[in-house]
Amino acid sequence: MNWLRWGLLVAVFAGLGLFAWQLSRPKDEFVHSAMIGKPIPAFDLPPAVADRPGLASRDLADGQPKLLNVFASWCVPCAAEAPQLARLEASGANIVAVAIRDRPEDVARFLAQYGNPFSRIGKDDISAVQLSIGSSGVPETFVIDGRGVIRYQHIGDIRDGDVPVLLDELRKAGA
Amino acid sequence: MIAEFGLAALWLAAALAGLQLLGGFAGLRPGGERLAALVRPAAVLQALLCALAFVALLWLFARTDLSVALVAKNSHSMKPLIFKLSGAWGNHEGSMLLWVSVMALAGGLIALVERRLPERTMLATLGAQAFVGLGFYAFLLTSSNPFERLPQPPAEGMGLNPLLQDIGLAMHPPTLYFGYVGLSVAFSFAVGALLTRQVTPEFARVMRPWILGAWIFLTLGITAGSYWAYYELGWGGWWFWDPVENASLMPWLAATALLHSASVLAARDALRTWTILLGVVAFSMSMVGTFLVRSGILTSVHAFAVDPERGAFILALLAIYIGGALVLFTLRAGTIAEGERFALLSREGALVVNNVALSAILGIVLLGTLYPLLTEAFDVRVSVGPPYFNPVGAIFFLPMLVVLAIGPLLRWRRDSFERVQKPVVAIAVIGIAVLAGVYFIAGVALLPLLGMALAAAVAVGSVMPLAGRSLRRLPLAVWGMVIAHFGVAVALFGMAADTAFQQERLVAAQIGETVVDGPWRITLAAVEPVAGPNWTALEARLEASYKGGEVRIARPQARSFWTPPQETSEVALLTRWNGQLYAALGGEAEGERWQLRLWWKPFVTWIWYGGVLIGLGGLLALIGRVAGDLRRRSARAQIAIRRGEAAA
Repeated sequence: MNWLRWGLLVAVFAGLGLFAWQLSRPKDEFVHSAMIGKPIPAFDLPPAVADRPGLASRDLADGQPKLLNVFASWCVPCAAEAPQLARLEASGANIVAVAIRDRPEDVARFLAQYGNPFSRIGKDDISAVQLSIGSSGVPETFVIDGRGVIRYQHIGDIRDGDVPVLLDELRKAGA
Repeated sequence: MIAEFGLAALWLAAALAGLQLLGGFAGLRPGGERLAALVRPAAVLQALLCALAFVALLWLFARTDLSVALVAKNSHSMKPLIFKLSGAWGNHEGSMLLWVSVMALAGGLIALVERRLPERTMLATLGAQAFVGLGFYAFLLTSSNPFERLPQPPAEGMGLNPLLQDIGLAMHPPTLYFGYVGLSVAFSFAVGALLTRQVTPEFARVMRPWILGAWIFLTLGITAGSYWAYYELGWGGWWFWDPVENASLMPWLAATALLHSASVLAARDALRTWTILLGVVAFSMSMVGTFLVRSGILTSVHAFAVDPERGAFILALLAIYIGGALVLFTLRAGTIAEGERFALLSREGALVVNNVALSAILGIVLLGTLYPLLTEAFDVRVSVGPPYFNPVGAIFFLPMLVVLAIGPLLRWRRDSFERVQKPVVAIAVIGIAVLAGVYFIAGVALLPLLGMALAAAVAVGSVMPLAGRSLRRLPLAVWGMVIAHFGVAVALFGMAADTAFQQERLVAAQIGETVVDGPWRITLAAVEPVAGPNWTALEARLEASYKGGEVRIARPQARSFWTPPQETSEVALLTRWNGQLYAALGGEAEGERWQLRLWWKPFVTWIWYGGVLIGLGGLLALIGRVAGDLRRRSARAQIAIRRGEAAA
């Protein structure tokens, strides 16, 4: 029984040490995907709008690196990042998208209003694909290399300064 | 003046706590009697001064004295008086003042009335109590002064978070604090007993009302908190395994274990060191919970005002009290004489199983809550939720319930299986019958299925101790046990039934449209603007009918507050005996449609009825125990008087 008591004491002080160490570190607000560096899990989503095909994991392993944008028509920052997405597309990025918990008519209206930079849009009604790639909110943008491996994750809306970063990551993924 | 008066009272109280500490420890040595004689008066005076300081803070909030920083930050002249007052403790500084005040009042009460233990143990206990108190005084006076003045008083206060403008929430933190403080008393008793090595049944009897009191408050606090999260957050869930919820659950688990082990110690003089350890652990869990909530090292849905500096302070207190007490325990536990022995099949045996299971669940919850911190050390971010807590906790929770159903039927010391065979078989048959019935009729998932079966078994088992006994002469404490155990069954049934049978509809409805959710037909009759004292809202009028019966009106609101600007969802609840319809109004969708979230939640209310029953059982036990103590005390006094007369 004696060693049990000493063990308890050691465990408690180890726990207090952990607290102290955690307390001294700055808090990182973003939850980064655990899937970075890993192949994208297999999925096959139906189209979210009539004029674009749906999105499957095999579309992301066709040899060409892509941006994967996770968005929704009900999300305000997603509208705010539309001009930056348009610039990325104009710079030659191939952008595919997953629409989260959305309705076809809402997505169509959103794209009509803010522009449509996406070559494919999958419809993810229960956030299954979103969760499987480790995205915890909208909007998020992933860089996927030509072999379907997740290379980079951008959390939140894309600001002006993020455009060159994403283009650079895309170039690295293609190399 | 009032603020300065409050601050002065607080400083004086802190000084008296210092004196109490010195006197308490002087009393442990020969020759310290003169200093020790000051301990009880110091404790009483300290309680009075703390109470004055707290009343001063209430007064400042009632008058909305905006020259005080805390009032300006947390109050508003237009708020209703009750929320002005609750604003006094609805923030970090005020809640810490409430904490020390309640702790000082508890210390004063012990000093005034408790004379059953050896005086040395009492002095050590009051000294330990003062030691714990001093840490909180230091915290208040150096980094969390509630009475701080502003150089320039603002014209208006900054309001209270509208989510917190709710009577349930106003009462929630004090309830938990009363619980925490009760556990701090148990902690002080445990430390006192360790210092003097006197762990006796009398010690357990003295400690027990404090544990019971703390446990009642924690039970009611958790029950109310769960109901608050349920109707206020608008998510339809009643437990999220969120760190803040776990922070309140862990002390409860420890207190429940402590309550039962103290009963064994009081009745049978067994489990001595274990009871002491639980006394230390229970208060440790309160401190760990407070630390996790206030330091912000864990991310929680319950956003709290967090501050790393305060976190560091609480951590230092944690290390001193918990570390110190555990070092003392590790050194001393071996020198405390072993208690009475007992057979495995006995009341004590069942209570040991209960203690082991509760401790294991406590460990599981603690590990799950801290695991994200641990993995972060290796740069891995995880969140731990129901997929871990539910099944892993169930491994110990379900067997514990089996023991709960039969444990109270067993005799102390040793029992034979033959004697309890009949009731045990009856309980098993009922449990299995419900299991089979629910499985074949409804085809429910494993955990809720087992939950319902065990709820039935526990319900029957819990009332069996009443069989064959005169109900009028049954001690109040036994009634308390029966009702509390029955409450466990009721709450468990509510949890299982809601998990298994709830039906959710998320619709975008037009005015006049009818939606079917389970047995309910709900028509969206209208959406209209309404105005409250400090908010405006869109209010939906829903006409709901259960199985085609009488139409009832539910009015969920989407509210907008002005100070500070914030949107909240006010859900509408239609309560029946067998459950609740839960309706939340979302925003306006395209084409004159309104987003409605509807849940039919069968028997969900039983969760909180059960929680209240558990608390009520605790209250009856407390009244029974205290009344018994008072009777014994007056009997002793009469004997003493008679002896005195005889001698004369």
